[in-house]
Amino acid sequence: MMNQRRAHFPEGTDFFASLQTRYRVAAIWQSLFLSALLIAIISLTALLYNVVDGAFGYVAYDYKKDPATFTSIPVNELTKDDLLIILKENLSSGAYNKLDDEKKMETRSHADLYVLFLERLVQIDTKATWSMTDSLLRGAEIRTEAAEKYPDAQLEFRSWLTPQFLATPMSSKAEFAGVRTAILGSLWLVGIAILFALPIGVGAAVYLQEYAPKNWLTSIIQTNINNLAGVPSIVYGMLGLAVFVRTLEALTSGSAFGITDSNGRTVLSAGLTMGILVLPLIIINAQEAIKAVPDSLRQAAFGVGATRWQTVWHHVLPNALPGILTGSILAVSRALGETAPLIVVGASTFISIDPNNPFSKFTALPIQIYNWTTRPQSEFHAIAASAIIVLLVMLLTLNATAILLRNRFQRRY
Amino acid sequence: MKEEALKIKTVDVKSFRQVDLKKKTRVGESLIQILLFMAGVLSIFTTIAIVYELGKEAMLFFGDPDVTLVKFFTMTRWQPGIGQYGIAALVSATLTTSFIAILIALPLGLASAVYLSEYASPKARGVLKPVLEILAGIPTVVYGYFALLFVTPILKTIFEDRIQVYNMLSAGLVMGIMILPLIASMSEDALSAVPRALREGAYAMGATRLETSLQIVVPAALSGIGAAVIVGVSRAVGETMIVAVAAGAGPNFSFNPLDAAETMTGHIARISGGDLSYNTIDYTSLFAIALMLFLVTLVLNLISQWIVNRFREKYE
Amino acid sequence: MQSENGKYAIETKNLSIFYGAFEAVKDVDLQIEKQKITAIIGPSGCGKSTLLRAFNRMNDFVVTSHVKGEILMHGTNLYGRGIDPVEVRRRIGMVFQKPNPFPKSIYENIAWGARINGFKGDMDELVEASLRGAALWDEVKDKLKESAYALSGGQQQRLCIARTIAIQPEIILMDEPASALDPISTLRIEELMQELKKNYTIIIVTHNMQQAARVSDYTAMMMLYEDTRSGTVIEFDATNRIFTNPKDKRTEDYVTGRFG
Repeated sequence: MMNQRRAHFPEGTDFFASLQTRYRVAAIWQSLFLSALLIAIISLTALLYNVVDGAFGYVAYDYKKDPATFTSIPVNELTKDDLLIILKENLSSGAYNKLDDEKKMETRSHADLYVLFLERLVQIDTKATWSMTDSLLRGAEIRTEAAEKYPDAQLEFRSWLTPQFLATPMSSKAEFAGVRTAILGSLWLVGIAILFALPIGVGAAVYLQEYAPKNWLTSIIQTNINNLAGVPSIVYGMLGLAVFVRTLEALTSGSAFGITDSNGRTVLSAGLTMGILVLPLIIINAQEAIKAVPDSLRQAAFGVGATRWQTVWHHVLPNALPGILTGSILAVSRALGETAPLIVVGASTFISIDPNNPFSKFTALPIQIYNWTTRPQSEFHAIAASAIIVLLVMLLTLNATAILLRNRFQRRY
Repeated sequence: MKEEALKIKTVDVKSFRQVDLKKKTRVGESLIQILLFMAGVLSIFTTIAIVYELGKEAMLFFGDPDVTLVKFFTMTRWQPGIGQYGIAALVSATLTTSFIAILIALPLGLASAVYLSEYASPKARGVLKPVLEILAGIPTVVYGYFALLFVTPILKTIFEDRIQVYNMLSAGLVMGIMILPLIASMSEDALSAVPRALREGAYAMGATRLETSLQIVVPAALSGIGAAVIVGVSRAVGETMIVAVAAGAGPNFSFNPLDAAETMTGHIARISGGDLSYNTIDYTSLFAIALMLFLVTLVLNLISQWIVNRFREKYE
Repeated sequence: MQSENGKYAIETKNLSIFYGAFEAVKDVDLQIEKQKITAIIGPSGCGKSTLLRAFNRMNDFVVTSHVKGEILMHGTNLYGRGIDPVEVRRRIGMVFQKPNPFPKSIYENIAWGARINGFKGDMDELVEASLRGAALWDEVKDKLKESAYALSGGQQQRLCIARTIAIQPEIILMDEPASALDPISTLRIEELMQELKKNYTIIIVTHNMQQAARVSDYTAMMMLYEDTRSGTVIEFDATNRIFTNPKDKRTEDYVTGRFG
């Protein structure tokens, strides 16, 4: 009977042939599996390429008014004093005084004044932009095209991402817009969020890992935290709108502290909203870090008569610190890139004054990116790309720090 | 001299011995414990606040005599300002974009997970995993830029006039790429939780790596993979920026991926981004949408967690 | 099978097994007789399992592992060029320390291996025959569609034996197959082994010397070299001689319980 059944299995060359078929199928599948990862890699490359591609390239622009109508001196030889005089003479007194109120004209830098000159008087006007790839590969075509379509325009290869871009505030003209206000807004926002979420998050993690009894309340808290981590960020925005912007307006607008010209749509409201949003993230990461501290350490501390808090404070937390920090950095990155809640709690898209206190109106990097991306003009896409590069570099720095921290303190036990 | 030292010593010992072992209330310790407990329960208040605040405004919306549940669920136009309350106009876009996203993210994410867990050498993993981690760390607004300014132009050359500038296909595709790392990493966790012994059992039967992976390991990890998909759906439904940038600005009851349409999240973002006055139907309607979003994602997340927990018990 | 003459099912020649630079098993020469049970015994960590897993190339999954010397089956070196590990494993089945049924139905647990190996006959008949062969049929014949996880540990292990014999290997490797089982289940497995050896050659690794003495025809005694920490076979003989009249002093110490 055995041998009879054995005959039903392919043997010898038959088996060899069937095995070859199986291997062929396996090879096809394996390449399918791998190609999924290749698609991921291609997508990432395309995304990064797309951003860089947008931030550099040819731009055709002309002047609404010839600079020669304002001064006989060649434009690039204008001194700061020349510029001051030109601006004073040619701007309406109302506009000049408004600028002077924002920042004393005499104290402004040469570059600043030059931008004002180009923006307000000469009124530079971008006619068209080309992507980096186009500019590099079809340079000659672009030049003829520009010469035909925009005979008055000048063509220039430009990087939209410049030190100037980082240092200047928002402007309604893409050529002069910068991300200074947005970066500062983001920093304020993230600072407030972390100041709020870190102590509470670590406290909650300590409670859950070191104090909490195993009962229904603890398990509800734990499940709830895991769930909060999955709530869409825009829902947090709605929560922030209802609670911080509206209900607690007196506090978040600063009117309770004597600040009158404001409503609840402040950097404080946004920061607290972001704090609530990253709180579950911080708790979960801190819990992991505390969990990794070996029990022997706690027992040693208890063994010499330490109270629970002394044990936590002197032994558990210092050992969990690198993990907690890594988690916090990840939370910061999350807060830095979040956009939707900020839209809802009312980030301003056009604001040129640096935020200088928690009750300031604010904008943030991702808000600017969103705003500029959704504009139809291509020059705004170029500065959106530049702002994305700034944001990605910030995130990369943060994550590199987190990885360094993790590697440095890994496996100490 | 010697005697003195001895004396001090005895005193020391005595004072040490006086310590009694009765339980003492340490005020500081209790205070700290109370503070920590409050930090712990704050998360519960967050949830309560979400439900309360969203619920309160949503009740105002549904309390409007003009708004009926019948209109809410059967109308196909959404414009609360002029008496059109058909949530379907927004839900259709949410479903369409999420469906496209999962259609992309599930096969790619699962295939990536199988490759990473069953095939990749440690060296290859060291290169491939960071790619997924970077993808996971890119802010969604950047994906929005990518969708509108890279993917849409490509789709435009394929579909020409049949596709609109803002369209659900582009947003859905990019959302799929965004969710891919999430599904990949959760599925990979599920696959690596399958005991080695099962794989060895399969290999010992003369199975190839593929047969072992697809017919033994993947089915064994199916519940974990299911949990990953559910979390992926929840993420897709709640994703805002990609759809706000690329899918379209205006409710449109359509399931055609080539059409422009606004999702629930995209609608909230657009309306709340404008000048919105409190106590208007536009304002309260947003909370009604947000409440629905919250409840849907909550249920999805709970199911997923429940699955993951059960799965974990099975192999421990 | 009758045409494949020769006394031995499998032989090793100067077999050494490495993990990276570490020589886990050194210079093993064994001749495993057909349709006999050969036990490999020895203290923990002496390389018994490593040696057993070399027979069906399960060590291939440890990336750094490699072998020197030969393992010959019908005169063919299993580690020779052009030898496919998948085919080796189809000829040499294995039962593991802990029962590891697949998370499928009882029926599918058996049918799966046969199906992937291209079985063309009547599957129901094969499943029944295999379950009968593993002395499990009567216990599960009414619940073939139920999950294998519903079975007891001992039943699961017999199911693993059944799925192994379903693909008709020539040799069955058993890696401490009863160590996770209760005494009664262990007894049943041992009885089953006596049944199986009528058709199969069995190599079993065991910690339990009584078990080796009870079930095996031949015994290989393994021990570590003190200096290199490599394991090797120090004595290989008929089981009754190993247990009653060992040549090596260390074997005697071990089997009489003075060691390990």
